[in-house]
Amino acid sequence: MSSFDKTLEIRSSPHILSGNSVSHIMLHVVLALLPVAAFACYAFGLTALLSLCGATLACVGTEHLLCRLNHKPTTVGDWSAAITGLLYGLTLPPGLPLWMIAIGGVIAIVLGKAVFGGLGQNPFNPALVGRAVLQAAFPVSMTTWPVAMAEGRFSGLPNSLLTLPFMTPRYDGVTAATPLSAWKFDHQLASTSDLALGFTGGSLGETCALLILLGGLYLAVRRMLNWRIPVAVLATVAAFTAILHWSDPARYAGPQFHLFSGGLMLGAWFMATDMVGSPMTHLGCAIYGVVIGVLTVLIRVWGGMPEGVMYAILLGNALVPLIDNLLQPRVYGTARKKKGVAA
Amino acid sequence: MRSSPHSKTFAHGVHPPECKDDTSALPIRQFPFAPVQVVPLLQHLGKPAIAEVAEGQEVVRGQRIARPDGFMSVAMHAPVSGVVQRIGLAPAISGRMEPAIFVRPFPGSTQEPAQGRPVDARTATPEQIIAAVQEAGIVGLGGASFPTHVKLKLPDGKRGDTLLINGAECEPYLTADHRVMLEHAADVMAGIPFLLKATGTERAIVCIESNKQDAAAVMRAAIPPGQPVSVEVLPVKYPQGAEKMLITAILGREVPSGGLPIDVGTLCVNVATCAEIGQLLPRGAGIHERVLTVGGPGIRKKGNYRVPIGTPLRFLLESVGYEPDLTRVFLGGPMMGQAVSSLDIPVTKGTTGVIGFTARETGNVAEQREHPCIRCGYCLEACPIFLNPSMLGLLARNEQHQRMADDFHLMDCFECGSCTFVCPAHIPLVQHFRISKRAVRRAKAAGK
Ligand code: SF4
Ligand code: SF4
Repeated sequence: MSSFDKTLEIRSSPHILSGNSVSHIMLHVVLALLPVAAFACYAFGLTALLSLCGATLACVGTEHLLCRLNHKPTTVGDWSAAITGLLYGLTLPPGLPLWMIAIGGVIAIVLGKAVFGGLGQNPFNPALVGRAVLQAAFPVSMTTWPVAMAEGRFSGLPNSLLTLPFMTPRYDGVTAATPLSAWKFDHQLASTSDLALGFTGGSLGETCALLILLGGLYLAVRRMLNWRIPVAVLATVAAFTAILHWSDPARYAGPQFHLFSGGLMLGAWFMATDMVGSPMTHLGCAIYGVVIGVLTVLIRVWGGMPEGVMYAILLGNALVPLIDNLLQPRVYGTARKKKGVAA
Repeated sequence: MRSSPHSKTFAHGVHPPECKDDTSALPIRQFPFAPVQVVPLLQHLGKPAIAEVAEGQEVVRGQRIARPDGFMSVAMHAPVSGVVQRIGLAPAISGRMEPAIFVRPFPGSTQEPAQGRPVDARTATPEQIIAAVQEAGIVGLGGASFPTHVKLKLPDGKRGDTLLINGAECEPYLTADHRVMLEHAADVMAGIPFLLKATGTERAIVCIESNKQDAAAVMRAAIPPGQPVSVEVLPVKYPQGAEKMLITAILGREVPSGGLPIDVGTLCVNVATCAEIGQLLPRGAGIHERVLTVGGPGIRKKGNYRVPIGTPLRFLLESVGYEPDLTRVFLGGPMMGQAVSSLDIPVTKGTTGVIGFTARETGNVAEQREHPCIRCGYCLEACPIFLNPSMLGLLARNEQHQRMADDFHLMDCFECGSCTFVCPAHIPLVQHFRISKRAVRRAKAAGK
C-alpha cells in the first residue's frame, strides 16, 4: 500500500476553484465586441473589415513577438491583446491607411502595455495609448471621416486605406464631419435616432450605440465588467450636459445628443471598464466613472477638440492608484472611520 | 415549515458548488474498529494530554486513558475496549510525529461504553459543567479543535447574552452536522442547557443554512417548551460557518479585530459539539467517536459515519473503497481542509470529513496557469473580512510580510480561501498568506 501513499498530492486548500479564468473573461469581452465590429463592417464595408483585422493582427502579433523575444511562453492565449487590437481598431476613422493602423497597434502593445511589465501592470488602457499616439502623429488623417453607409462600400476599397507607408493618404470618397464636430464647429445637430442606430459618421466603433449597450449589458450581467463605471460615466455626462442645455439651449447640445454621439458609449462600456486600469472597489469605480464623465464634458464643451472621451479615460486611469489608495476597504472588526492605510 | 424569506447574512463571501447531495440523505452509520486505533495525545489547540495507561493494560471503551495537562488541555478516552499495544509516535496532520496511544480491540468484547458520574444541567454549577466538559474531552468538533471548556470559561469581567449553535456547515461535501441535526436533535437540545448555564447566556439560536430546511424543521420541533431557544435559517454562502461571519449574519455584531466573540457578548458552539455535550454529560462519559462525512468523487461508499477516534485513514479508506485514480485526500471540506501526506494519520476529534479527489478534480486546478493579477477586484468582493487580497498578494510576492501585517491587516485573514477560489488569474493568494502569517509570527517570537 505504500505506492498509494506516494501518489497522494499535498496541496494546501482551497482544493476547488471557481473555474473562472483570465482568458475566459477576456474571451467574453471579445465576444461582446463582435456585434459592434460586425456593424462597423456593415456601415463602412470592406474598409472596416480590413482595418479591424489589421489592428487586431498588429496587436496580437506584437504581443506574440515580444514574448518570443523575451523567451517567455506566448501570452496571446489570454485574449487580452485581441481585445486591445479590436478596441483600438474600433476607435479609428474608417479609411485610415493600413500602415498607420499597424504602427498604432504596435505602439498600443509596446508603449501601452509591455513597457509597464505586461498584462496587469499597465496603468493606461493600451488601445487608447495607441490611438492617442496616432492622433498626435497624424492629426489630419485621424480626423478625416468618410461617411457611413456609402454606396459601393462592399465592392471597393478607398485609396486612402492602401496608401503606401509614410505617404499622405488621399481621400477620394465623400467625407463629412462627425456629429460632434458638426455641432462644435457648425452647430448642426444630428438626430438622436440616427446616432443611436449608427447612421452617422465617426470612427468604426463609435456609431451604433445600441449594440454597444447590448454587449456591455451582457458583460455586466456576467460580472465581467463593473456596471458602476459605465452607469456613473453616462449619468454624469447626462446630468452635466442637461444642466448646460437647460442654462442655454442654443449654445449647449442636450444630454441625448452627448450620450449617443462620439466614442462615449464605447468608452464608457468597454474602455473605462478595463479591469486593469480601473479601481478595485465599487465606490472607487463609481468615483472614477464620475471623474471620466466630468472630464468628457469639459473637453467636449470647452476643449479644443470635439471629442474628449479618450483623454478623459486616460486621465481617469492615471487617478486610479490614488483612488484605490484612499478607498481601502474598512477591515472587519476595525474602527468605522479609518482612512487610508494607517495602522 | 419554510422560514420567512429574509436576508440575514454577512457581507461578501462566495458560492462554491455545494456537492452535498451524495451524502445528505444517508443516515449516520457506525464505523467498524480498525485493527489498531491510534489516539493522539494532542487533538486540540493547547497542551497534549498526559497518558495514564501503561502498555499491555486493558481498557474499556470510553474509559479515560489520558488526563488533561492543565487548563489548556482535555482528557482522552479509549475508542474501543481492548489492550494498550504501545505508546509511541504517530504521524499527525501537521506533518510531524506526535505521541499517541495505540489500542488493539478485543474481538470478543461487547464494546459497551463506560459510564461515569452523571452531570445534571439543572443542578450543576457553571464550574462543575466546565470541569465536566474538560473531563469529557470535548473540543470544537467543527474543525477548530479549540477546547470547549476554555471557551465556556468567560474571561473575567466579560458577559455574554447569546449563544449561537453553529449548524451552518457551509463547506461543500460535508453533511455530518446536517445528519446530526436530523438524527440527534434531542441531544442538541439536551446540550444547550449545559452551555447556557456554564456561560450565563440568556438565549440560544441554532443557525442553519437554507439548504438544510429539513434540519431546521426538526430542530424547531425539538425545542422543549419554555426553553429560550430559536432556530434561524440563513441563505447559503461560504464561509458562513466561520464564527465571526455567523455572529455578523445573525446578530449584526462585529467582533473586533484580534478579539473574541465574547467581546460582543456572543459564544459560538458547533452543533455537533453541542450534541456530544448533551449526550455525554448526563452519562458522565467521554468522547470516543464522532460523526463525519466520507465523500468526494474519489470515494466509493460515501456516507456519514460515526467513526471511532483514532481510526487510521488507511483503514477508513480501504473499508469504504476508493477509485483507482484517487490522488488527494483531505480532512475537512475542500475550501479549508488540509491535505494529508500519510494515510497513517488517524481520525481525530476535529475531523469533520474525509474527502477524496481523483485526478479529474485535482487536474482541473493544477492545470490552471497563473496569470498576473488583472485587478478584477473579485477577491476584494469575496473576502468576508474586507481585506485587499490583491495587494497582499503583490506584497507577499516581494516577501514584505511585516508590511502586510502592519498596513493591510494580514493577521486578520482567517484563511477561508475565498480569495483563491475566485481569482481568475489563479494566484494562490491564501497559500501565500499562510506563509506570510507564519513569517510574521516567527519574527514576533524572535523579537521577544
Ligand atoms: S484574505 Fe484571508 S480571509 Fe480574506 S478571503 Fe482570502 S483567505 Fe479569506
Ligand atoms: S481576484 Fe486575482 S486577479 Fe482579481 S484582483 Fe484579486 S488577485 Fe487580482
